This record gives sequence, C-alpha cells and structure tokens, in this order.
Amino acid sequence: MIELTDVTKRYPGGHEALSNLNLAIEQGELVFLTGHSGAGKSTLLKLVAAIERPTSGHVIVNGQNVGRMKRAALPYFRRNIGLIFQDHKLLYDRNVFDNVLLPLHIQGMTGADAGKRVRAALDKVGLLKKEKARPITLSGGEQQRLCIARAIVSRPALVLADEPTANLDDAYARDIMDMFQAFNEVGVTLVISTHDQDLIRRYGGRDVRLAYGRQVSEAMA
Amino acid sequence: MRAWLAHHLHSLATAMRQFGETPLSTLFTILVIGVAVALPAGLYLLLTNLDRAADGVKPQAELTLFLKLDIDATAGRALAERIGQEADVAEVRFIDRAEGIARLESAGLADIAAGLPENPLPHTLVIKPREETVTAMEALGARLQVLPESERVLLDSDWIKRLTALMQLGRDLIFMLAVILGLALAAITANTIRLQIYAKRDEIEVARLIGATDRFIRRPYLYFGGIQGLAGGLSGWLLVMIGLGLLGDSVSQTATAYGVEFSLQALGLSELIALLSLSASLGWLGAFLSVTHTLREVETF
Repeated sequence: MIELTDVTKRYPGGHEALSNLNLAIEQGELVFLTGHSGAGKSTLLKLVAAIERPTSGHVIVNGQNVGRMKRAALPYFRRNIGLIFQDHKLLYDRNVFDNVLLPLHIQGMTGADAGKRVRAALDKVGLLKKEKARPITLSGGEQQRLCIARAIVSRPALVLADEPTANLDDAYARDIMDMFQAFNEVGVTLVISTHDQDLIRRYGGRDVRLAYGRQVSEAMA
Repeated sequence: MRAWLAHHLHSLATAMRQFGETPLSTLFTILVIGVAVALPAGLYLLLTNLDRAADGVKPQAELTLFLKLDIDATAGRALAERIGQEADVAEVRFIDRAEGIARLESAGLADIAAGLPENPLPHTLVIKPREETVTAMEALGARLQVLPESERVLLDSDWIKRLTALMQLGRDLIFMLAVILGLALAAITANTIRLQIYAKRDEIEVARLIGATDRFIRRPYLYFGGIQGLAGGLSGWLLVMIGLGLLGDSVSQTATAYGVEFSLQALGLSELIALLSLSASLGWLGAFLSVTHTLREVETF
C-alpha cells in the first residue's frame, strides 16, 4: 500500500529530515513510527499524505507516485486518506456535526445519506450526543476524537495519525488507541507516529524506529 | 447534479453569511464601489443627454458670406450670380440688408432693431454647396473668404463639428474613467476578499488537507465578489438616479427658459443590465484573482 524507496527530504536551508529511507507498508498493517522529535516522523507522514514532495526517491501510495503527482490530482488522492493531526485542525466557526460533514461535502455528498454517515462516525468516537456543540467547548480528548471522526467519515482505507495522543492523559490516550485498534480490525491501514513506548507495548503492531532521518530498527511488539 | 446544485447553494449561503457577519464594512465597500460605478455612469448619462439635446438642432449645410458694407445691392446680386455658376455651388440666395433687419424683427428682436440708429447689417449671401461634407464646405469657404467683396465667411458647420469633437472627447474620457474605475472596483473586491481569506486561512488549509479542490474552495468567495459587485453596481445606479432627481428640475426649468421642452433621461433597462453585469463580473474577477493568489501562497506541495 505504501512504498518508500531511497527517499530523501531536504528542507530549504539544508536540513535533511529524511535520508535514503526505504520502507514498505502492506494493506491492513498497524504501524507505529517512533523516534525522538526531529527524527523525521512527521515528515514521513507528510510525504505519504502528499502534503510535501520528496527531494529524491519514490513515494508510492495506492500505486500512485506522490512526487510526480499533478496538482489537480492531489485533492482526489487525499480523499482516500484519513488525516489525524496533533493540533486537531478543527474549524471553530461551526459545530461538531458540520466539522465531520466537511469531507463528505467536499466529495459532493449531501442530504440524508451524508447525515447518516456523519452520525455513524460520531457514534464510533462517542460524540453522538455533542453533535450540536462547538469544538471549542470540547475537552482535549474530545477534540482529538472529533478529528478522528472527521478522518474516518469518508471511510478511507488508510489513516495517518501524527502524535494523536501526545497531549492527552493516559485514560484518554487509551480510549483513542482502542478506537484505532478497532479500525485496524476492520481492515484499515494505520500509520501512527508517537513517542509513547508504553502504548506500543500495550497494543502491539509494527514499530518502525527513526533517528535523524534514518530507520534504525524494526520490531514487532 | 444534485450535489453540484447543493454545493452552489451552500456557497451562496456562505457568501451571504459573510455579508451578515460584517455588515458595516460590507456596506462601506458597497458604497465605495457605488461611487466608482456612479462616476462613469453619471458622465455617460450626461453625455447621452447632451447628444440628445444637440440632435434637436439640425446641422445646416450652408455658408453665410457677409459682404463689405460699401458693396451695394447691385454689386451684391452680380456676385451672387457669379458664385452661383461655380461648379461646387448648388444655390445662392441674396439677402438684402433691409430684408436682413426685417428678419431680425420677425425673429422677436424688434425692440433691438428699433433701437438702432441705422441698419448695421451688410448685404449677405447664403450659399448652399453641392457637396455637404465638412471638407468640401471648408474648401468653398476658403475660396469665398479671399474675394475682394467678402468681409467674413461663416461656416455653419463649425459648431456642429466642434460639438461632435467635444462629444467624442467626452466619450473617450468616460471610457478611460470607466476602465480606471473598473480596475479600482476589481481591486477593492480583491482587497476585501484578501482580508476575509486571511481570517479563513485555517479553513482553507484544512479543506485542502482533506481533499477539497481549488474550485470548491474558491466558489463561496467568487459568489461573495460577484454579489458585492452587483450590490455596488446597484448602489451606483441609485446614486445616479438620486443625482438625476436633484438635477432634473433645474434642467427642465433651464430648458423652459430657452423655450425648449427637455428633460433628463435615466439609464435604460439594457444599460442598467449592462452596468450591473459589468460590476458583478468585475467583482467576480477581483475575487478570483485574490483567491487564486492566496491558494498559491498556502500551497506547500
């Protein structure tokens, strides 16, 4: 599903976030990206989500070469990926329901069907009762759950999460990981960056450790 | 198709909500656009009305040759005969000085004529050229001017020519003004949209990340720009109408004083439609430029 070959990402100014990285992720895998901050975890996720282009090497996702993708093709490519951000990136000018509706709306889905999908997604993350609430009134854990609902509402086969539990206390973090595990069990490929080793030990899955832009170890927990 | 329509309606609603969120600044922007629209539109109206007023006066393709005072009637008639035989002259009328003063009296200037100690008018020839173009008349006029009997030649086409030239100048000026103010309109819209986009940068970024096309992101802003332009055009039209209402009375009073029936004419329906669609599309254009620019700025890929 994801294939990185000799991928290097150098930012303007010369900082090399990833150096000659090779990595393959199969469909249905649960993969943790670990490593110190600045190891290149976020950069890797950005390359896979086609938010940035690799400086050299190939990033193939769903059979498409991200580096060579045309600008016009980007939106359609991104619709197949659910993105979960550390800072949630919610829209505070609309309620919970409308935040989750946005991806469907973008894909041209409206009306009762869309409403059903939104409520199903909110149900999965336990926010069904708060659909009328404004995101700003939600707790940190709830905001992260809302971000997850938005990422899964269009039922993507691949979900990328950048430090989804970083700012959450342990109970909330476990909540969220349970959800991810449930998605993985129904066949969703998940790539999660984290520096929480306990989490990985508890949930198992593949651990890809990065350091200074290179993969240093690989383990199955 | 239904989704497409729904999205357009949603974009429209978003644009309208944007107006509602900032009523005061929207109002001012619309007023500024209105002034930008009203200036060329008002001038255009002034010119068309002037054109209409000038239309009432038929151009006379005639030359008037005033003879020197010491030329008597017999010599005058002889001259008329001679000029009448010229190839480019269609007709010559000799107007005796006595007849001239009589015409003045019948034209309602009897008081003035009676007050004169003696008839100051010379004998006059009114010459109709065969060809009624300005160049032909000018050539003929130049030849008549140098005759020894000639005091002065009056080319009646002169002021028509000047008026036509002035009108053309006016039209050119209005066109220039319209272009400049049209640019201003697009710029005003682009600027208001730019400020809006800065406030909504997060939204644009998020929409981008979850797969929104540029068109999807652009659409509400285009609606906003178009509607703002349309409203601006309407307010400009209103300004012109108000101005017309204020001027109308004094114009017809002036016309009446000159013994003419004349009232200002407002913009016609087709002109109004042209005005509104132009201002709406300029607003749209401004929005398009602004959003496209910002989308490129936000782009990291």
